[in-house]
Amino acid sequence: MTLKDTTAIVGIGQTRFAKHLPESEKTLACRAVLAALDDAGIAPDEVDALASYTMEETDEVELAKAVGFGDLTFFSKVGFGGGGSCATVAHLAAAIAAGQATVGVAWRSRKRGSGPRPWTNTAVQLPTPAQWTRPYGLLRPADEIAMLARRYMHEYGATRDHLFNVALACRNRANQNPAAIMYDRPLTREMYMTARWISEPLCLYDNCLETDGALACVIVGRERARDCRQRPVYVHSAAQGLPAQHHGMVNYWNDDPLTGPAWTAARHLWKHSDVTPADVDVAQIYDAFTALVPLSLEGYGFCGRGEGGAFTEGGALEIGGRLPLNTGGGGLSEAYVHGFNLINEGVRQLRGTSTAQVPDAATCLVTAGEGVPTSALLLRS
Amino acid sequence: MPLLTPVTDPDGAPFWQYAARGELRVQTCADCTEPRFPPRPCCPHCQSFASEWRPTSGRGRIWSYVVPHPPLLPDYAAQAPYNVILVELTDAPRIRLVGNLVRHAGAPLDSLSPDRIRIGARVQAVFTAEGLVQWVLERP
Repeated sequence: MTLKDTTAIVGIGQTRFAKHLPESEKTLACRAVLAALDDAGIAPDEVDALASYTMEETDEVELAKAVGFGDLTFFSKVGFGGGGSCATVAHLAAAIAAGQATVGVAWRSRKRGSGPRPWTNTAVQLPTPAQWTRPYGLLRPADEIAMLARRYMHEYGATRDHLFNVALACRNRANQNPAAIMYDRPLTREMYMTARWISEPLCLYDNCLETDGALACVIVGRERARDCRQRPVYVHSAAQGLPAQHHGMVNYWNDDPLTGPAWTAARHLWKHSDVTPADVDVAQIYDAFTALVPLSLEGYGFCGRGEGGAFTEGGALEIGGRLPLNTGGGGLSEAYVHGFNLINEGVRQLRGTSTAQVPDAATCLVTAGEGVPTSALLLRS
Repeated sequence: MPLLTPVTDPDGAPFWQYAARGELRVQTCADCTEPRFPPRPCCPHCQSFASEWRPTSGRGRIWSYVVPHPPLLPDYAAQAPYNVILVELTDAPRIRLVGNLVRHAGAPLDSLSPDRIRIGARVQAVFTAEGLVQWVLERP
């Protein structure tokens, strides 16, 4: 049995994105889920499967009873924050392909814009790895990734201009997307180079937004997909990745900290696919930090080891470049909702309805957070 | 108000007990002698549950570093920008300890200018009165 093209995403939905939305996470979740079902033309009582993140605070019971789902026979949650985004779709695809369910909904609702920053919580400290890092002031995800970014730049000669190329591509696409938080705010190289530091070598524009918002998508089997309201976007290949001796965002304690979960997920993804990295028309690569993108470009096979920085040169990530990136603006410039907006934007590209449409896009890679146990989807029209 | 102290667990506790005595030790498999970090119940190489805490020279080299700026927790923001370094241990290169490069044992996080920090620089472990590991340059 293979997952290949046996399921499809047939509905996407989202709320508005903002620094502050007045409604609760639960209400936002309901709105995004109902919007996705409406987009698909599927009634809520037909839903029998759910998947979300372990960090999602609106649980299955609350969601199901509010929006009127039917009897659920499959529900799962994936850990590791933004590493779980694509895995929510992957779990549903696997469940539907295996006959455990017929209509799945994946979602993420988060008030990270107006709510607290998780790292400010000093009461909840997991002993591993926090006892080895937090007392020394390595407090935030930005600090943990900046440590790898500095070494990456040192070892391979990557520069801040390479990181700027990532930030700029995302911002340029956000400037085309009215739903993006940064829709009307262009970014220049001067703004980037003079921005305040967050954790050297990462500056403000290397960090994702802080956003309130929710998104959802609907997954069904390929037969059912043909009867839905929208053109199906097939889950061609899907993978999770937790490499041997990986340590999460503080991947400091193995032979090779500069390779990570992307490499593991990619091996599985391509092995079960009919296409290669050269066939990818557009990519939605998880961008909580700009520095994750060069790593992911290497991990998913778009370039060799250490070449991720140089890959971004010459407008490679822009529309018309060799790999248009994060065409809705990504976590850096559209909204940061643990990467779920990258999934929905991948669907829009393959429907031909993106605000920054890549002509004739037929294959889209979507990835979840690199630097944590991750996941990825290869979507095809 | 003090900085954060390690919230430890049964696996990590011996590290901090030795650090409080001014010793930098790493958990090592008692059967196959492979060191491992962070500490854990069994050896990922040979699956043995027998381990010992092997002394190290406390010497290492800076593998990478960051300089955090606010927003930070208040007690850290008060010292920012400060450095956080990652030290590759000479005795066990796969083990890289997070710490701060300071002027002398017990000195604050921002006691050394970030311009003094270079990847590859040799450093030596020192210990605070509270039992935290800090690092000083071998050749200041």
